[in-house]
Amino acid sequence: MPKDHGIGASPKRREDIRFLSGTGNYTDDINLRGQAYVHFLRSDVAHGKINGINTEAAAGMPGVLRIFTGADFEGVGSIPCGWQITDKHGQPMQEPAHPVLAQGKVRHVGDPIAAVVAESAAQARDAAEAIELDIEELPAVVNMKAALEEGATKVHDDLTSNLCYDWGFVEENKPAVEEAFQKAAHVTTLELVNNRLVANPMEPRVAVGDFNRASGDSTLYTTSQNPHVIRLLMGAFVLGIPEHKLRVVAPDVGGGFGTKIFHYAEEAFCTFAAKALNRPVKWTSSRSEAFISDAHGRDHVTKIELALDSDNNFIALRTDTMANMGAYLSTFAPSVPTWLHGTLMAGNYKTPLIYVNVKAVFTNTVPVDAYRGAGRPEATYQLERVIDKAARELGVDPIALRRQNFITEFPYATPVAVEYDTGDYHATMDKLEEMADFKGFAKRREASAAKGKLRGLGMNCYIEACGIAPSNLVGQLGARAGLYESATVRVNATGGLVVMTGSHSHGQGHETSFPQVIAEMIGIDESMVEIVHGDTARTPMGMGTYGSRSLAVGGSAMFRATEKIIAKAKKIAAHLMEAADADIELKDGAFSVAGTDKSVAWGDVCLAAYVPHNYPLEEIEPGLEETAFYDPSNFTYPSGAYACEVEVDPETGKVTIERFSAADDFGNVVNPMIVEGQVHGGLAQGIGQALLEGAVYDENGQLLNASYMDYAMPRASDVPFYQVDHSCATPCTHNPLGVKGCGEAGAIGSPPAVVNAVIDALQSAGRDVTHIDMPLSPSRVWQAMHG
Amino acid sequence: MYNFEFEKPATVADAVAALGAEEAQALGGGQTLIPTLKQRLASPTKLVSLTGIAEMRGVSAAGGVVTIGGGTTHATVAAQAGAYPALAALAGNIGDPAVRNRGTIGGSLANNDPSACYPAAALASGATIVTNTREIAADDYFQGMFTTALDEGEIITGVRFPVPEAANYQKFEQPASRFALVGVFVAKYGAGVRVAVTGASEEGVFRWSEAEQALDHDFRSDALMDLDINPDNMIGDMHGSKAYRAHLVKVLTKRAVAAM
Amino acid sequence: MTQVSMTVNGVAASGDVEGRTLLVSFLRDQLELTGTHVGCDTSQCGACVVHVNGEAVKSCTMLALEAEGAEVSTIEGQAAPDGTLNTIQQAFQDHHGLQCGFCTPGMVMSAAALLKENPKPSEAEIRDYLEGNICRCTGYHNIVKAIMAASGQDVSAIAAE
Repeated sequence: MPKDHGIGASPKRREDIRFLSGTGNYTDDINLRGQAYVHFLRSDVAHGKINGINTEAAAGMPGVLRIFTGADFEGVGSIPCGWQITDKHGQPMQEPAHPVLAQGKVRHVGDPIAAVVAESAAQARDAAEAIELDIEELPAVVNMKAALEEGATKVHDDLTSNLCYDWGFVEENKPAVEEAFQKAAHVTTLELVNNRLVANPMEPRVAVGDFNRASGDSTLYTTSQNPHVIRLLMGAFVLGIPEHKLRVVAPDVGGGFGTKIFHYAEEAFCTFAAKALNRPVKWTSSRSEAFISDAHGRDHVTKIELALDSDNNFIALRTDTMANMGAYLSTFAPSVPTWLHGTLMAGNYKTPLIYVNVKAVFTNTVPVDAYRGAGRPEATYQLERVIDKAARELGVDPIALRRQNFITEFPYATPVAVEYDTGDYHATMDKLEEMADFKGFAKRREASAAKGKLRGLGMNCYIEACGIAPSNLVGQLGARAGLYESATVRVNATGGLVVMTGSHSHGQGHETSFPQVIAEMIGIDESMVEIVHGDTARTPMGMGTYGSRSLAVGGSAMFRATEKIIAKAKKIAAHLMEAADADIELKDGAFSVAGTDKSVAWGDVCLAAYVPHNYPLEEIEPGLEETAFYDPSNFTYPSGAYACEVEVDPETGKVTIERFSAADDFGNVVNPMIVEGQVHGGLAQGIGQALLEGAVYDENGQLLNASYMDYAMPRASDVPFYQVDHSCATPCTHNPLGVKGCGEAGAIGSPPAVVNAVIDALQSAGRDVTHIDMPLSPSRVWQAMHG
Repeated sequence: MYNFEFEKPATVADAVAALGAEEAQALGGGQTLIPTLKQRLASPTKLVSLTGIAEMRGVSAAGGVVTIGGGTTHATVAAQAGAYPALAALAGNIGDPAVRNRGTIGGSLANNDPSACYPAAALASGATIVTNTREIAADDYFQGMFTTALDEGEIITGVRFPVPEAANYQKFEQPASRFALVGVFVAKYGAGVRVAVTGASEEGVFRWSEAEQALDHDFRSDALMDLDINPDNMIGDMHGSKAYRAHLVKVLTKRAVAAM
Repeated sequence: MTQVSMTVNGVAASGDVEGRTLLVSFLRDQLELTGTHVGCDTSQCGACVVHVNGEAVKSCTMLALEAEGAEVSTIEGQAAPDGTLNTIQQAFQDHHGLQCGFCTPGMVMSAAALLKENPKPSEAEIRDYLEGNICRCTGYHNIVKAIMAASGQDVSAIAAE
């Protein structure tokens, strides 16, 4: 019987009511009295020297209030990067300045050059067209390999080259890895591209800046996954506004997927301009603008080599990657190809020796940063592809090869610096074999063949490190922020609770799932708990939502704060019932004295806390409100096994997904309905990466598919009903809820399964195709088949 | 969008008069024109909506001819052109349902997007494009991508499709836009087979005459076995090379014939 | 500026607009009906779908003046006056057919148009009909399931665990 309450139940989402009735409050729905509108004039060349900007004619256009250029931001800070990588020689990465508006040079198509603020958005755009630009176009640096060549044009003239860093991990292991490769019985090598993706949350970014001249307070309304992070970065590093004079609000946010983590120039601009003009200033991105101004994801070019001994044990792994940073360092960009990628190269396997090299490269393209999975999909893809290739080369069953090399004992310290606390990879594989009906595949393949289609079956495992992150560890690794989470639990006099959390919900359903935890702990109905998030004025300093961290880190903070509440409430109850604190039990919303029939209701204790007429005032303060900051002691390690079945039309190369099965280990699950929904969404994004998506730049640095006319978003007809399972649960050992995180798994685990399935289909028809780079569009598959 | 005046006349005559103004442009369902205006790629001073003209709407069938008003939406054609099933099916698969509720046949043919579906149907059917001033045979009408025989201010008031003995349209969708990466319309008439290809050529919709001759001789997909289309003039882009498009033309033509 | 008048969710509405004012702008900016969203500028995402004279249209690809005299319905008009969700809205909540909620108004309006045309659509028919509605969160699974449920079909067997 499924639970109907508390942890493990699937209550309907309370936030749905406003979203379904059109009464959500997204940033673009916010219109402030007297608001003006900004239009950014963006570079249409990838690389150029700004010789002049003439705004005279534009300034006289109807409705124009002021035109800003880079000159207005001299003395204003650079958009900061939040993570510093130390390279393999012990030197810090090269870190270029990133002005709010371009100064001297433009470095990617979309780089903002000038900003027109006018009475209406249309007037601002009209005037922007009247700005006369004198830009001397320079050769564009697009290809990463060419960017690293001696004498290549530099994206940033003040840097020594286009190399941001050359990272070796673990550098000390390199000789041993080389030696293992010398001794290997078999080495499988694969060169591949992890395609550049555009996150494309359906809500484009929006920023509204406001300034109160009377109080001197600034407010920014923005489409962010982490308003406190924006407040810190923008206030402290860019605009020099102390945090107590700056409020950042992220109301309903229409999806993030990573690209709304980062601090963007448009946010700083609107906050700055609102003060300069003493009027609210609003920017609403169009989708076309989003394609050239939202940080992109992935974009790795990799060579991976797997060494096996004569018994097919993995003995060493070596991988060499070029990671595109784009033109500037976005907030967390340097961490993605390094600590979120290199640390996962062990995957689910006990490979004893691993060496990862990553060269991060500046190019004249949109900055690249975290996108759903962030580094972990890149690790999983190359590892699970090379294992599949090895199995084919060796003529062994790919599942057996994986099982043979599984890590089976926990905790397990990998050679890439992380310690997996729990997991059971055989269990998820067993579950997958059953769900995906591997036994019935041969028959399904025959049925496809009868229709003239090639059917393929592909599978893979994945592991991720999420629940980001232990602050002391990430501090050593170069993070310039802590990665704890916070919660204040406020109990009202009549027993209802408000949780003010630093986690931000933009689709994840925290407003429903977080109360389930508290309802379980206290034994009250979820409806007595309200969640407040997304406003720095109403929530304690918190780091926000990304890296599948909300429940594991934010939920743990809430858990700790609620524990404090319960401890204090027990003291009050003890006083009311004239019993010892230690004898008080809390169950089903009532406090009782162990071994007696004495009982006092939750609500009565809460009332006593605020109406302390009969209260131990000499021992404890009145009121019932507690805050906790939770800093995890380790990452969490969700894992799983995924399988995909495809049909390939050999005449056209078109791939259709016939089945997709996902067996995940998320540890404990608070709301199964929401967890399954997260997996579904991740799968669609992973399938999108594998079959449809991929940003394409030409040699001049023009983004060729900068709209939905050419950038293929997954539609309903591109995906099947998925089979998902999370019954194989090994609870996390180091957070109080035993939860691991589920937001990114689907996107991390699915691309290799899809590609492995297509390769299987083609090889089954005797085609000697060992690899096709994503996206496996019809034309690419056809091309591969016809060499 | 740049601003413009908007006018919605009730008769063809009034529309023609309104279009006489400098820089005036006709607006059908707007499903291509409005996105173009949003990108500021056109700057008409006046838009003349044709959707208020009752005489330009509707589908009728008589004497082996289906006649469709120029202002008829794709959804209406899909629902009402049952006398020409392949045409109705084609209309029912243009864009998405919301686009089909607004987009019109006249707008599509006037725009002559090289990846649009209707040009293939019109050309393969030997349709007659009827305007406020004249009748234009499809073979004379399409003059390269985004180029037609229409004069400035000329309005497509209707299209007459002779109903073939059999016909089929095969559309292979570009994965992002869902326009035709390649679309092939095959129509078999007493006088011969016509094969029109959209999406593939840099010169817009065209007739594949070699395939027509082969099918005239032997109306089976196998008759196309030894035919190949020259890829030189095909479109090559991120969604498919010239060779891929040339290959698809043949595959889809065979499939269309097999489905008839 | 030209005056435009229409009926929106059963209520007469009018305002002064430019030729270039889109229907979605009129709804959002002048009528403050911000439930209809704009997710793209190429008429593909479908976050802006409303009904005009009973037919689903993309309100970002229709001029406000083209809707003169029309009956327009938006997401705000779907629930009963007391707030009770309609069958489709309720099915979306029951089956977790939304996450961030941004595409949801368009999805619900498209689903309503579909079920009017085809009261018991198959899975394939639903997926095909949603070609013009993009969702980035749900992977479509629960949207398709919700629409099947809203049409009275048994969805208990779909992706049973």
